[in-house]
Parts: sequence; C-alpha cells; structure tokens
Amino acid sequence: MKILQAAALIMMLVVIYPAFKWWTKNGPKAGEGDWQAAMLPLLGVVAFIILLIMLVR
Amino acid sequence: MNRFENVIARPQPSAVSTNKVLKNTYMLLSATLGFSALMALVSMGLQMPPMTYLISVIAAMVMGIFVLPKTANSTKGLGVIFLITGLLGFGVGPLLSMYLTLPNGPQVIATAMGGTGVIFLALSGYALTAKRDFSFLGGFLFAGLMVVLVAALANIFLALPALSLAVSAGIILLMSGFILFDTSRIVQGGETNYIMATYGLYLSIFNIFINLLSILGIMGGDE
Repeated sequence: MKILQAAALIMMLVVIYPAFKWWTKNGPKAGEGDWQAAMLPLLGVVAFIILLIMLVR
Repeated sequence: MNRFENVIARPQPSAVSTNKVLKNTYMLLSATLGFSALMALVSMGLQMPPMTYLISVIAAMVMGIFVLPKTANSTKGLGVIFLITGLLGFGVGPLLSMYLTLPNGPQVIATAMGGTGVIFLALSGYALTAKRDFSFLGGFLFAGLMVVLVAALANIFLALPALSLAVSAGIILLMSGFILFDTSRIVQGGETNYIMATYGLYLSIFNIFINLLSILGIMGGDE
C-alpha cells in the first residue's frame, strides 16, 4: 500500500514538473500590490481554519 | 486548454464569452460535486474497504492526466469528468465511514464540509470581484506543490504526525491559491474550456475538503 501511495505521488511529481518549469520561467510577474492582494485572502483562510479547529475541540 | 498547457499570447476575451465559460464552469462544478456526494453515499452504503480511496484516486488521476485533456473539446469530456468526479466521490466514502466512528465524527465531517464551502465561495467571490490577474501566482503555486508532494512522499515512510499536519495545511493553502489562480485565468481568458476549468476547481475543492477533514480529525481529538 505504501509503495502504491509513493508511486502515485511520484507520478504526480512527474506530471507537474513541466508545468512548474514553464510557469517559473514564463509566468507573468506580479504588479504593484498583487502579492498583498493574494496574501490577504490566504491569511483569511488560515484564520478561518484556526476558528474551525476551535469549533471542533 | 488546462493549467498545465502553456499560453504564450492570448487575445483580449469578450465579456460575453468569459461569462459563458464562467456560467458553464460553475454549473458543471455544481453537478459534479452533487454526483460526487451521491457516489460517496453509495460507497458508504456498500461499506467499501479503506483501500478503495487509494485505488479511486489513482484511477481518477490517470484519467485526468491521459483521458480528459483528449476529450475535453467534445461531449465525451462531460462523461469523462463525471466518471473522474464519481470515482473520487466513491473513494471518499470509506474515509467518511471511518470518521463517523469517531466520537465527534459527524461534527468533524460537517465542519469540514461547511468550511470547504465557505473557503471556496469566499475565494471565488474575491477573485471574480478583485479585478486583479492572479496568474502571477503560477510559479509560486507549482513550486509549493512540488515541495508539498516531496514532503508527503517522505512522510509515507517517516510517518510523522507533525509532518502530516504540515503537509495538510500546506495543501489547503496551495489549493486556496489555485482557486484564485484558476478563477482569475477564466476571467482573463487564459482558460476557455469549461470542462478543464471545472476539473481544476473540483480538484482544489476536493483536496481542501480531504485535508481539512484530516486536520480537524487530528486537532479535534481529545489528546
């Protein structure tokens, strides 16, 4: 079972690697304020998950 | 076209065509999520063994990589995406059955489900209204995904609970980023195939749910 899981993950790595190479080399660069605009909702997700953990404890 | 295919240049999308892709994507996403939930119930009813999850995920992954891109431009693509999402839903059934045996299992499942819904709706709404192109996140997200997959691979053999938690948290954040990324690509015209767009968003939702379930299951215990 562990070997099957490992094989699946390795397959995903092999599939994702070309996309990773392309996007890091050719992907558009962030403009002014773009990173803040992206990080703000992600921080909100973190806070929300902490809230959910407190709800189930 | 999917997030793995490279777009060098694209014409400015018309609002009408973008709205059509968005509408079709969200309609297909709703249908596939509903079908997935139905298949999960079937799987729970049949009391499938835990190994069903791994087999279903691998089968769905193979179909998503090799079959879906070839059929996404025809009506066969609809059948394929329902097959993929049905498989994934069927695989989740044994996981849910396992969580239901825990003392606060139903609460954990309901919280994970509701939490996933809130995260998806909030991020989608934000990406649709922010009027920003989040495609700059592509490199960061794919790099992060590589790191998380390597960590998950290592943890198969190390079996460290803390690393498992970290991987789950990392996946949730990355998938949240992918929701922004994918939604933004639809709005900006980088993704014009609603079947591939649905597949990307579905995977993000699925992975957020599974990993949120894992985190809440671990953190919500008595220990």
